[in-house]
Amino acid sequence: MSEEYSVEIVNPEKSFLSKNDVTEVVVPAFEGEIGILKDHISIISFLKPGIIKIFSKSGEESFYVNDGIIEFKDNNLSILTSLILNLKDIDKEKISEIQKSAEEELNKPDINDQEKYLLDQKLEVLKSIN
Amino acid sequence: MASLDDLKKRISSVKSTQKITKAMKMVAAAKLRRAQESAEKGRPYSDKMNNIILNLSNGISDIDNAPKLLSGTGEDKVHLCVVMTSDRGLCGGFNTNIIKKAKLYFQKILDEGKTLKIITVGTKGYDQLKRLYGDNIIERISFKESKNVNYFDADKVGKIVIEKFDKNEFDVCAIFYNQFKNVITQIPQEQQIIPLKTSEKEENSLGDNYEFEPEEDEILSNLLPKNISTQIFKAMLENSASEQGSRMSAMDNATRNAGEMVDKLTIEYNRSRQAAITKELIEIISGAESL
Repeated sequence: MSEEYSVEIVNPEKSFLSKNDVTEVVVPAFEGEIGILKDHISIISFLKPGIIKIFSKSGEESFYVNDGIIEFKDNNLSILTSLILNLKDIDKEKISEIQKSAEEELNKPDINDQEKYLLDQKLEVLKSIN
Repeated sequence: MASLDDLKKRISSVKSTQKITKAMKMVAAAKLRRAQESAEKGRPYSDKMNNIILNLSNGISDIDNAPKLLSGTGEDKVHLCVVMTSDRGLCGGFNTNIIKKAKLYFQKILDEGKTLKIITVGTKGYDQLKRLYGDNIIERISFKESKNVNYFDADKVGKIVIEKFDKNEFDVCAIFYNQFKNVITQIPQEQQIIPLKTSEKEENSLGDNYEFEPEEDEILSNLLPKNISTQIFKAMLENSASEQGSRMSAMDNATRNAGEMVDKLTIEYNRSRQAAITKELIEIISGAESL
C-alpha cells in the first residue's frame, strides 16, 4: 500500500504548492511540532512562525511560514498561510526585513504575552535561517 | 450651420478623444486579465477558510459561549458598512451601482431607527457619499499607492474593523462590493461579515470528528479575525476585476460612440463643403450670364 497523500499550500494570492506524493509533513503547530503521516486522524491546528518540512518521493523541501492554519482530512492536508517562503530560494534581504519589523513590534509597550511569545519564536526561527 | 473650419476642428477633437478611449480600453483589457487571474487564484484560500470555519462552528456545542465575531453581540443597533469602490473614475456604472445598493441598505437601517456608521474604501465612494452621509462616515481608506490588490491592504481594513468591534462600536458589519460575473455584468453585493452568516451550515458534512489543537474555541477566536480579512480581500479582488471589466466596456462604448459621431460630422462636413461649392458655381454662372 502506498504511504503517500496530498498536500496543498495556499496563501491569499494563489495556490502556492500542491503535491500528491508526500510521505510526511512536519508543521510548527502552536503547541509543538506535529509530524503528519498518511491516515492521520482529522485535525485542525494553528501554526506559529516556523519551518514546514515536506518529505516526498522527489525529495525534501522546507518552507518558512509566518502563521497559518492546517486542516487534515481524508488524506488531504491543507495549509493556509498569509506568508510563506521557500527556503531554497530565499532572499536574505526579505528575511532581514521581516526580522526588523518583528523586532520593532516586540519593542512596542502594549503587547500581550501571547504576541510576545509568537514574536520571540519568529525571531528565533529567522535567525536560524539567516 | 457651423462653418467648415468649425466642423473640421470638431472632427479632429472627437478623433483624438476616440484615441484616448481606445487606449484606455486596451489598458483595461490587459489589467482585467491580470485581475481576473488573481481573483481566481485567490478563491482556494477563502473557500478553504470558509470550510474550516464551517466545520469548526458545527463542532461548537455551546452557542452562548461562542466568540462574539461568530454569534454577534446579541444586539442589532449599530450597523457598520464597509463600502468598497474604486480610486479612479471613468469606469461606467461601477461605483454608482455599489453606492446605489449601499444607499438602499442605509435607508433601511435609518428608517428602522438604528445607527449607521460607514467606512469607505476607495476615494470615489467617499466622493459620492459625503454629501448625503458625511456625518456617518467614520473612516476613509484609499489604496491609491498600491498598484495591485494585496493581502496586507485587506488585512489593514480587517484590523480596523475588528478593533472597532472589540471596542463595541458596532453590532453588525456588512461589506459592499461588486462581484465580477463577466465583462458586461457585475453584480453589486451586500455581504454580512459580523456576525458570520452560517446559512450553509446544514449542507456541510456534519459529524466530522476533528482533533483540535489547541481547543476549538481558541482556534475559532484566532481564526475569525483572519476570516474577516480574507473576506475583505476576496471582495477587493472581485472589485478590482469588476472595475477593469466595467471600465473596459465603458471605454468600448465610448470608442464606438465617438466613431459614430465622427461619421455624422464627416457627412455634415462633406454636405456643407458641397453646398459651398454649389453656391460658388451659381455665383460664377450668374455673374457670367449678366455680362
